[in-house]
Amino acid sequence: MPVSSQAGADETILVAQAREGDMQAFSELVRRYENKIFRLAQHITQNREDAEDVLQETFLKAYEHLNQFQGQSKFYTWIVRIAVNQALMKLRRRKTDKSVSLDETIDTGEDTIVREIAAWDEDPEQRFSRDEIGEILDSAIESLEPPYRSVFVLRDIEELSTEETAEALGLSVPAVKSRLLRARLQLREKLTRQFKRKGDDAFAYL
Amino acid sequence: MPLLTCKDFLRELSDYLDESLEAEIRSKIEAHIAECPNCWVIADTTRKTIKIYKGMEPHSLPADVEGRLMQALERKLAARQR
Repeated sequence: MPVSSQAGADETILVAQAREGDMQAFSELVRRYENKIFRLAQHITQNREDAEDVLQETFLKAYEHLNQFQGQSKFYTWIVRIAVNQALMKLRRRKTDKSVSLDETIDTGEDTIVREIAAWDEDPEQRFSRDEIGEILDSAIESLEPPYRSVFVLRDIEELSTEETAEALGLSVPAVKSRLLRARLQLREKLTRQFKRKGDDAFAYL
Repeated sequence: MPLLTCKDFLRELSDYLDESLEAEIRSKIEAHIAECPNCWVIADTTRKTIKIYKGMEPHSLPADVEGRLMQALERKLAARQR
């Protein structure tokens, strides 16, 4: 990986320089996070065009409001929150499409689905290429309903804390936790169908 | 100490895997999965699910998408400096 002179530069310095109008410093910040922000936007909007809009709007807004960034949170957490807001706005604009409602009543009961109980191959990479694994992971996420998907993406992919996720999505902490549990279990279910050890099945342990 | 049911275990699973449980409930969970092979498998495969997603690196931005992003930023800057 090529190391530019700013690649290892301290982020607080870059932010301070960008705030002074140093476009190169801001570009370095963009380059650090553009891939992750685009992925986040694609996961939440499930639409490439919307994701590209979200990507641009996020960094334009970040640049515009850089002086409001207090430095109490990480720069990354701050832009993730901007990106989530932009992505949710896109979803709301498409709210005639029922499938993207984030506010739908969801069942938080305890009838959590566990059907597939089977151990996984120790190393799925021996059976699948990296690209294949990437596709399996992406399509499993796509199959989640938006309320679960957004929570999972922020908690387990972008690695925000429960509290940060709650704040970004306007949810309570218990709501984040119960959605996260359901999301994880649903994904576990789907991945188990692909990654289970050959010969294992639901009855192997009974 | 009363034993956990599988249902109790499932309810605590996320916090257990995030290591945010208090010691007492944590040791109850561990006692449960030591005895219950199904719940052990669920805990193990859910942990692997989280781990495989955490390890997933994002793809690089497609060149056209990055080009348009940089153009948008430059336009913004030009508008400011005018």
